[in-house]
Amino acid sequence: MRDRLIFTGQLIFTLLVAAFLVVPAILSISAGVTVNYFQGIRSGVTLQWVFQVWDLYAGTIGLSFVIAIATLAVTLVVGVPAAYALHVRGGRLSRIVEEIITLPLAIPGLAIALALLLTYGSFSEFRRSWLFILTGHVIFTMPFMVRSVMAVFATIDVRTLDEGAASLGASPWRRFFDVIVPNAVPGILAGSLMVVTLSLGEFNLTWMLHTPLTKTLPIGLADSYASMRLEVASAYTLIFFVMIIPLLVAMQMFADKEQAR
Amino acid sequence: MNVAAGHGASVRVENCGKTFADGTRALEPATLDIARGETLVLLGPSGCGKTSMLRIIAGLELPDPGGRVLFDDKDMTAVPIEQRNVGMVFQSYALFPNMSVADNIGYGLKIRGIGREERARRVAELVALTNISGLENRRIEQLSGGQRQRVALARAVAIRPGILLLDEPLTALDAALRDRLRGELNRLLRALGITTIYVTHDQSEAMELGDRIVVMQKGSIAQIGTPREIYFAPKNRFVAEFIGAANIIESPVENGHLVLPGGRQPIGGDANLAAAVAMIRPETIRVVEAEAAPLKGIIDSVSFIGDRQRMIVSGASSKPLTLDAPNTVKAQAGERIGLSIAPEAVRLLPPGS
Repeated sequence: MRDRLIFTGQLIFTLLVAAFLVVPAILSISAGVTVNYFQGIRSGVTLQWVFQVWDLYAGTIGLSFVIAIATLAVTLVVGVPAAYALHVRGGRLSRIVEEIITLPLAIPGLAIALALLLTYGSFSEFRRSWLFILTGHVIFTMPFMVRSVMAVFATIDVRTLDEGAASLGASPWRRFFDVIVPNAVPGILAGSLMVVTLSLGEFNLTWMLHTPLTKTLPIGLADSYASMRLEVASAYTLIFFVMIIPLLVAMQMFADKEQAR
Repeated sequence: MNVAAGHGASVRVENCGKTFADGTRALEPATLDIARGETLVLLGPSGCGKTSMLRIIAGLELPDPGGRVLFDDKDMTAVPIEQRNVGMVFQSYALFPNMSVADNIGYGLKIRGIGREERARRVAELVALTNISGLENRRIEQLSGGQRQRVALARAVAIRPGILLLDEPLTALDAALRDRLRGELNRLLRALGITTIYVTHDQSEAMELGDRIVVMQKGSIAQIGTPREIYFAPKNRFVAEFIGAANIIESPVENGHLVLPGGRQPIGGDANLAAAVAMIRPETIRVVEAEAAPLKGIIDSVSFIGDRQRMIVSGASSKPLTLDAPNTVKAQAGERIGLSIAPEAVRLLPPGS
């Protein structure tokens, strides 16, 4: 009897906490399909706001994905070899480099953006293109890739694996792709998941770096909240959810499968 | 297979030393010749430089300037390991967790551009040779320690290396398995006849596997010789004590006899020395009647081991003597006995060694 009471109490508490977190999301999403939010759901359900958002902001959504994938590509190509080099070299210098890579996490995004603007703002072609935002995203997400790959390297003896492959005749590049990368896959996946989601949702840096022609999804969202009906902004949120959740689930499933092997 | 002729390359290590970046000397400059087809064991306690020597031969470390490594008289010093055609078995095996057993064994062949069919044939051959049939499609983490050891060996010999290098390959296994695999490994090495360099800290492994043994101490070579030479004629006290059990006796020599508290022990000849260091192996000491024996002592303890019994005898020498008596001898602690040692069983070692 007492156990039941305790269990019921815990269940209610858990549900309340969950509701506290989930209800705002549900309200926001439902607002996006309501004809008139101030009259409530009685006013009817519609997809017109979703279509309107799509008409106005399809470009921002596309650009967000382009930037997220490009950020992932850069962090993979640079971050994985960098993590390997830092791990194998070890020592004081590696620690310093690792700290420098991690530094952007501690610095406000606005400050990084300001530094980029001060330094590269005069290269107007670069400044106007989406590559400028990409640069900011890479700086911001790189530590997540490097750190999660290094965490995997710390659990396996990569140096000996590398020596083993070398003794069998493999060149440094072969060794890296045949042995090092496949054994770092769990870390690469975890890092990729972080990089893509962080890049898609990044606002601080992007807000400073964007131009009217290079708006990403979160910038568009802020824009619509500021200048449009609440229903439009909410419909925007809905689209964001629909896009990012399958992505997260897919990557999580992939990671689970890898772990189960 | 023509075992007598031997396969693979001869190795010459010339004046190779190793000093690490922090200034510690892992290996004093040393020279070694390893014949084609020979199995050479580098033996010594941890930190004696044996692994550094192996890694220099493998090409995983560069020797200090002035050192050279030659395979079949060709200078390989600057050649990286991947171009030396050596097979290597690591202490931790270094098997690739992302590949199956068969893919691990076939990896070196794949690198060499050998086609799928030929590769499968060679892998099957090695799987049979190393007794791991049925495990081909397993993943590495599903294997026991002994199975991993066999896969590592199969992978190393799959590429038909000129030289096979083994770095404490049995150390990670438990004692019973180690003994069994040691026998298997011995047969396999004899059958393959490849030039083999084997690093271990275990003297019984060294005795069983080595054509010659290099005993190493604190970064330098203490003695090179066949197992018999090393055992019966150790060059110094370190080798004598490291290989098997040994009684080391310090005493003066008078007219060809060790002068001991328990009597006079002949050593052959008629030398006179103020201070000598002598080695006597426990199995060369026989227990006899106390009355007639030249050397007498009192039994401290008797441990029955099965195939023999180990006795500690005090009073004969300045330090208690260890001896191995046949398991039929009846003797008890406290009993006064005589000891008989053939003069040729006493070996004088250089003093101060």
